[in-house]
Amino acid sequence: MSIDTAPAAGATALDATAAVATRRDIQHRLLMTLGPILAALIIAGCILLAVGVDPLAYYGFVLKRGLLSPLGIQQTLTRMAPLLFLAAGLIVAFRAGMWNLGGDGQFLLGAVTAAASAPVLVEVMPAWLALICSFVIAMLVAMIWSLVPALLRAYQGVNEIITTLMMTFLGTSLANVLVKLMFRDPGTTVPQTRTLPVEDRLPRLFDTTITSGLLLGLVAIITVHLVMTRTAFGLKLRIVGANPRAAIHAGLGVPKLTIAVFAISAGLAGLAGAVDILGVQGNVRADWNPAYGLAVIPVVFLARMNGFAAIGFVFLLSVLSIGGESAARRLGVPNHFTLVLVSIVLIVLALAEYIDHRYNQSRKA
Amino acid sequence: MSVAKRDIVALEGVTKRFPGVVANDSVDLEIRPGEVHVLLGENGAGKSTLIGMLSGLQQPDEGRILVDGEPTAITSPRHALALGIGTVFQHMMLVPTLTVAENLLLGGPWWQRPKTEELEARVAEITRTLGITVKLHAKVSELSLGEQQQVEILRAMVRNSRLLILDESTSMLTPKGIDELGALMRRLVEQGLAIVFITHKLKEAAAFGDRISVLKLGRKVGEIPPERFRALGEQAIISEIVELMFGKQKDDPEAAERPVRTIRAEAAPLLEVRDLAVAPTDDAPGLSSISFDICPGELLGIAGIDGNGQKHLAEALAGQRATVGGSVRLQGTPIEALSVGERRQKGLRYLTDDRLGEGTVGTFPVSINFFLKQVGAAPFWRKGVEQRAEIDKRAAQLVREYDVRTPSLKTPVARLSGGNIQKVLLARELAEGAKVVIFNKPTYGLDLSNTLASRQRIRDTAARGLAVLLISTDLEELLSMCDRIAVISNGSLVGTVENADDARTKVGRLMIGLAA
Repeated sequence: MSIDTAPAAGATALDATAAVATRRDIQHRLLMTLGPILAALIIAGCILLAVGVDPLAYYGFVLKRGLLSPLGIQQTLTRMAPLLFLAAGLIVAFRAGMWNLGGDGQFLLGAVTAAASAPVLVEVMPAWLALICSFVIAMLVAMIWSLVPALLRAYQGVNEIITTLMMTFLGTSLANVLVKLMFRDPGTTVPQTRTLPVEDRLPRLFDTTITSGLLLGLVAIITVHLVMTRTAFGLKLRIVGANPRAAIHAGLGVPKLTIAVFAISAGLAGLAGAVDILGVQGNVRADWNPAYGLAVIPVVFLARMNGFAAIGFVFLLSVLSIGGESAARRLGVPNHFTLVLVSIVLIVLALAEYIDHRYNQSRKA
Repeated sequence: MSVAKRDIVALEGVTKRFPGVVANDSVDLEIRPGEVHVLLGENGAGKSTLIGMLSGLQQPDEGRILVDGEPTAITSPRHALALGIGTVFQHMMLVPTLTVAENLLLGGPWWQRPKTEELEARVAEITRTLGITVKLHAKVSELSLGEQQQVEILRAMVRNSRLLILDESTSMLTPKGIDELGALMRRLVEQGLAIVFITHKLKEAAAFGDRISVLKLGRKVGEIPPERFRALGEQAIISEIVELMFGKQKDDPEAAERPVRTIRAEAAPLLEVRDLAVAPTDDAPGLSSISFDICPGELLGIAGIDGNGQKHLAEALAGQRATVGGSVRLQGTPIEALSVGERRQKGLRYLTDDRLGEGTVGTFPVSINFFLKQVGAAPFWRKGVEQRAEIDKRAAQLVREYDVRTPSLKTPVARLSGGNIQKVLLARELAEGAKVVIFNKPTYGLDLSNTLASRQRIRDTAARGLAVLLISTDLEELLSMCDRIAVISNGSLVGTVENADDARTKVGRLMIGLAA
């Protein structure tokens, strides 16, 4: 990190130095974000070289298929919908200092209940109402699923990282059991739920294949961002996250807030499952687990739990995963290489942060 | 003072500062072989910082440390051990799941097999001369606290320490264990070791010491050398220490004459506490049958050595800690069942002593920290939405009114000095609507000008007709401000003294467990 952050010596006008400082700050931020990403791309490129794939061809392919081709960009934007909901849920939890790592279990249970209820409900009520009801049911089921870790954390102080992770294993298995035993479509031989007819799914945007779930996702994450930064409720959650003892001292009801955080976070994960089913998939096949929840965690960290930054990074993740899926088929690079890439970015970013911190410290000393 | 006994370690004008706090202020100290040097002082007097510097955990900002007469920078705990300085910390530093022998072997070179036989021979030799027995193959978790402490001392001896520092070593021991430790220390110094024994218990200091240095608020306020120590009896030593610790010093800038105030005695008490009880916790005794009244305009002080239940009392009154009995009335209305927020609504304010730990959220801006206890209240939030303009306007007002020195309202509060953080808290608790204010150690760790400013705020608060409870470990502070002083000891109030001419002696006697 070789940028010059030395204070402008002898600057007299306060405003001028302030403006310079802000610009410097923004430059610094950009460098600290984009630099590591570039470095990570180079490192990942070396790994590709080592397994005998031309990294330029791979990146080019990912870009072309994920971003530049009309079909690719539509798929990318469609993929963003569930990811945005998940990111919104994680922002609430992480800002409140609670590590809800059970996103996948909550997501799948939301998906399965939405997939089970929507085809039944469309037969008895208008499609739009059926969709809303399915969303609500998915959200409630995910919320209930989060109740165990929430209560344990709120009243017994049990570490939620462990409990949510354990609940996610149970949740994915339960979702599978539900598909195979309870909600199995009797009309097919493959174990899967009944399929929601395409015309009853969430409408597509204009003449594209992009799901309108994208808009719902954007609304969700922007709402979460504004609530967390601009409202009393958000501030209370941030106090709990930043200094739990100060929260008690200030008289906040920490246990109730804890349960609220888990409910909101899990509810959004459940909605993520529902939006993927009701907008794109139409049904849940047995053993289906896209593991979006885990993939989104690094993205939220990259965005520093800022909703708007998260939108950008979710877009990047979508490009990588859609492009990566095509590249996997064409170049034989496994699908999961996308995750390898994201994790390299995260590690390099953390290293950059550490070096930057040490550099600042030594400059001060 | 024999010339042969050269100092093993000497401190010359050592000063150590932390953000907003001067922990040690040009302290001189001589540590000689064959002597138990007692460092006496209350919590916050700077004892732990001093040990931190001797054991290599911290570096002095000014002054120097001489080892065998040579100026030496003790750069790390490992370096301190190599110099022969062994420390037994307040909290046990043994691995409970390992055996005694394994604990003693920790810290050896990782590429060698542990030299168990060598250790056994060495331990046998040391324990024989000291007359103690140590079960080398017992697990540490199975030993009593006293035995664990012996292991820690043994560890220092195995590493050829010439200077042994015992930090509050008696705080967790039984009376019998304390006596045994005293006898052990005596045998160690007879072998030519130097011991620094840190305590805040006067009786232990008088019983075990050869030389006593008294620390107060980071400064060394007095020393009793061995010759004098031997000449005085135990009672005489204790009273001399009390004089040093709590006595009034000449040219003390903090000493301000207490203005004579008249309290309308006929006024009904604002705060009435009856038989308040709190269950004990790991680190503090419980409270039992605490009762007192505070009238409007009255300043009641709570004196006592730190850790006798002061924090529990403040938290129980504020509603942060569950009580197991008793009643609290504010203006005649019972409030013991109300929550923290409801009590604040009624006018009860609690200014915590833990400014960064619970008083503020360090990473949040100064402006938000003013309103941490009012989140959601109008006019700063409307329908739950933050009104940034209102918040900034009021925050700017408070910054001016309470003279908070901050670069801007957006500065994270943790970047401010201790004194300015305290001003933020004062502004938050004293601004509109306060009726009863609890101050817990309000000047702890502040520099002189901020100390004086805070005290003036507290006096003004009482002068406005509020009821004030001032909890402090600084007797000088209480004497200069309070109308009455109650003394807390082991979780109960052992006496209340009118702040008249002989209050100093009376409170001092109550604090060390004698009748007033």
